Amino acid sequence: MNPTRRDFLKLTTVGGAAAAVFGFDLKPAYAQLRVLKIARANETRSTCPYCAVGCGTIIYTIGDRAKNVTAQVVHVEGDPDHPTNRGTLCPKGASLEQDILNDRRLLKPQVRRPGGTQWEDISWDDALNEIAARVKKTRDESFIEKDANGHTVNRTESIAWIGGCTDTNEFNYLVVKAMRALGVVHLENQARV
Amino acid sequence: MTNGWVDIKNTDMMLIMGGNPAENHPCGFKWAIEAKRNRNAKIISVDPRFTRTSSVADLFCQIRAGSDIAFLGGVINYAIENNRIAKDYLVNFTNAAFVVKNDFKLPGDTDGVFSGFDAGKHTYDRASWNYAAAGGAANAGAPGAPAPLPEKVDYDLTLQNPNCVFQLLKKHYSRYTPEMVERITGIPKDQFLKAAEMYTSIRKDGDMKMAGTIIYAVGWTQHSFGTQIIRTAAMLQLLLGNVGRAGGGVNALRGHSNIQGATDMAGLFDTLPGYLKVPTPGDASFDAWMKRATPTSSKPAPWDSWNYYGNTPKFTVSLLKAMYGDAATKQNGWAFDYLPKVDRDYSWTHLWDDMYNGTVKGMLAFGMNGVAIGPDSNKNIDALKKAEWLVVGEIYPDETSEFWKSPRVIAQGDMKQIQTTVYRLPCAGFAEKDGSFTNSARWLLWKNAAVPMPGDCRLDHGIVAQIFLKVRDLYKKDGGKFPDPIMNLTWNYSDRLNPPLAEVLKEMNGKALADLEDPATKQQIKAGQQLPGFAWLKDDGTTSCGIWIYAGSFTEAGNQTARRDPSDPSGMGVHPGWGWSWPANRRVLYNRASCDVDGKPWDPSRRQVWWNETTQKWVGNDVPDFKADSHPKDHMGPFIMNPEGVGRIFAPLGAFADGPFPEHYEPIESPIVNPLHAGQSTNPMVTRFKDADDKFGTTKDGFNVVCTTFRLTEHYHYWTKNNPMNVQLVPEPFIEMAAEMADEMGIRGGEHVKVSSARGEYIAKAMVTKRIKSMMIDGKKTYQIGIPFHWGYRGIAEDEGKTARNLVNSLTHTAADPNAHTPEFKGFLVKVEKV
Repeated sequence: MNPTRRDFLKLTTVGGAAAAVFGFDLKPAYAQLRVLKIARANETRSTCPYCAVGCGTIIYTIGDRAKNVTAQVVHVEGDPDHPTNRGTLCPKGASLEQDILNDRRLLKPQVRRPGGTQWEDISWDDALNEIAARVKKTRDESFIEKDANGHTVNRTESIAWIGGCTDTNEFNYLVVKAMRALGVVHLENQARV
Repeated sequence: MTNGWVDIKNTDMMLIMGGNPAENHPCGFKWAIEAKRNRNAKIISVDPRFTRTSSVADLFCQIRAGSDIAFLGGVINYAIENNRIAKDYLVNFTNAAFVVKNDFKLPGDTDGVFSGFDAGKHTYDRASWNYAAAGGAANAGAPGAPAPLPEKVDYDLTLQNPNCVFQLLKKHYSRYTPEMVERITGIPKDQFLKAAEMYTSIRKDGDMKMAGTIIYAVGWTQHSFGTQIIRTAAMLQLLLGNVGRAGGGVNALRGHSNIQGATDMAGLFDTLPGYLKVPTPGDASFDAWMKRATPTSSKPAPWDSWNYYGNTPKFTVSLLKAMYGDAATKQNGWAFDYLPKVDRDYSWTHLWDDMYNGTVKGMLAFGMNGVAIGPDSNKNIDALKKAEWLVVGEIYPDETSEFWKSPRVIAQGDMKQIQTTVYRLPCAGFAEKDGSFTNSARWLLWKNAAVPMPGDCRLDHGIVAQIFLKVRDLYKKDGGKFPDPIMNLTWNYSDRLNPPLAEVLKEMNGKALADLEDPATKQQIKAGQQLPGFAWLKDDGTTSCGIWIYAGSFTEAGNQTARRDPSDPSGMGVHPGWGWSWPANRRVLYNRASCDVDGKPWDPSRRQVWWNETTQKWVGNDVPDFKADSHPKDHMGPFIMNPEGVGRIFAPLGAFADGPFPEHYEPIESPIVNPLHAGQSTNPMVTRFKDADDKFGTTKDGFNVVCTTFRLTEHYHYWTKNNPMNVQLVPEPFIEMAAEMADEMGIRGGEHVKVSSARGEYIAKAMVTKRIKSMMIDGKKTYQIGIPFHWGYRGIAEDEGKTARNLVNSLTHTAADPNAHTPEFKGFLVKVEKV
């Protein structure tokens, strides 16, 4: 019978002998296998961001939410209390941990300049200032107060907003407020397509 | 969904068509299996491919993509011919008995179009699409304006009048014979008859106890007549008395976690939050807008109609008070001039066309990969080349932010000529922010933030807030065009740069701006308190509410969307204490129709709501979707949002652009000419763009294979191509094709094939399968192929060079449904070659 990794750890971590034999101490590893990772984790109730079943999920994080501690996700699973999914998740929901901890994430603002062939870094302040100036300039240059029939229309046809499928209701509401206030009529969303 | 996920367990019969929930909504599909297991419910799966939904179905029919109206129209015809209809429901709860104007003509009598068509302009004069007024009175209306619905409608409860809705329906769909269904859909007549027999078996001998549900997804919406497919389903459900009932309804499985919420919230050009109509330039004032947008009831004189949209001014004034606060006054028409006026189509395909033609100069895209989403990705790339600026908010590198280094641009060698400035801003992932999603069942569920954002990411809504406030500062400092709506927009959040979303939900729910009292109950609400529901909304400026259908979601009792009581006292999957569902925490819409005219449940074993004679009130296991004290003898219609009070089998006037009854039209690119009317093969109300990139293929040019797109369980849209585990599960794109077709072409599974449409190409490995078979379409042997669309030119596999770095949507075209403006992603023509 071949010993499993777990058996190997059990066998070799008697007292402090392992440290002497291997030159390093296996005690922390032994401690790890006695307690489930999630036993000392925080549970956060969330909703799967994928399809519209809206499965309840529980995100397990290590870290007690004190100011000097950064929460680390260790596990995501279906919420057994949720009336719809009853603890189950599909292959997408089951892999959410790798969406949260993902080395492909965008981490800093970038800009591609006219004629450019690569991304350049830009500070948040510079990016937001430039964007705000462009929004204002485009709006001022294109704003239509009255149409050909003399009717008040107060709109710009030169700025578009396209919103995504995982934006919260509250984010959508803020967008509708801000975009309608700017006079944006090219206001569309994944909901259309 | 009119019903909900868990409610599916109450059904006896499922028609699943235009959707594949076993693979695309797996954790919701368990309730279909529950119904099969516990109620012996049947599943009929109708799909271009034999899917995993089909594999657990009792009957599978392989249909040609884009022929759904023919199938459903055939079922309507079968139900009428075999008297499998819900007679009492039909007469009392639908407009079947309403008499239609004499000059209305069906497409069977007028060469494939309804009466009023102008072939030159491709427009309809819809005056004849109306009910006849009782006593032969002319429909009164303002001079010069089209006549509205008559206040008192002519009707015939015997349903014998040749111009009543039921007789017109019968006549219209009598053309959809099993033989015609076979010619159009490719479903052999005997198979079709089995399906029609099985679905309508719930109304055998007029029995009303059983309930059937129709379940669909984007397989229905993504056609140049998508809205009319769904209408055909709704009409069939009304005919069979299935709407409003536990285990019944018309159930749209929305594709994404908050697509329902985005629709409710009106992130769309043609509506305002809560499905209010946008103002047009022709509305000279707030009052004129309300006069046009507020319906008045239209019904048989002895009946009652609540006409709930009669409250439109209350909802609208409250919205404008939420948006503009004290700056919205009765004197300025509640800041009516602040709202942009809309009188043309600014929808998705028009937006890209306007950018392509230089009108749209700047775009903000947040979590929205417009290049990959298409249709016609190449056109969208060409459009972005002409934009001055693009702002992308994303969590992963996507095709849209990198359009300027797409394979198309590299092949054309013009990267350095592209003058577009692109900002790419790192946003927060779902686990890093709170807020509510509205699922397909209309349940709002609050989620909590679990982890901090990595790197230098910011909250999406914070970024928009910060941009907006900077724009406002610029207008304050420098002035500019009509700054009033920008300066006066309410933004009184405790953290203006990152508005706490719970405060935003409170604003959406609405509050009293003055002390209020309900005259009937004497209940009082103090100024500043949260409103308990939309019944409190006023049109005098004393209430504010960001979206009327969400009133009740965040009350004085707290955030209702965060409730977590899993109990289900009735055992019917209502779960009234879990989250909160719009409207008014009702779980099944139109549930008054679950009872007969006297207010008694059609099925006493599945009681939802009922009339309590003792208390003189509607009560039940769900919140009654009805006027609580309306006695059944008053005959108020259960479809309270319609001015008629009843369900619309015939949709009058401008409710739909392309006809009061759905008619089968061929997809814009089709292998056949419409067997019903060769002279009008496609939907006459579809507009096609005429730019260089807008090309359409025909069988004459060799495009003779019907192509449809689909999604996989293991992948989500264009997102999980960044997730190692999902990429490991299904690492590469593929093209699913029939074994017979592959044999004819000498293609073996795993070999590369090229699919071309008139617009673009797509290369991937062939997946040779028996899940799709050849079909006989109008006597012509026709192949269909299916392509999952989850890949592009940025992703794990793409970056490792393991794919052809191309987009399925470079194949699709821009023609869209004239009602919902959704493009025809499914059922277009391609040719297939071995590479």
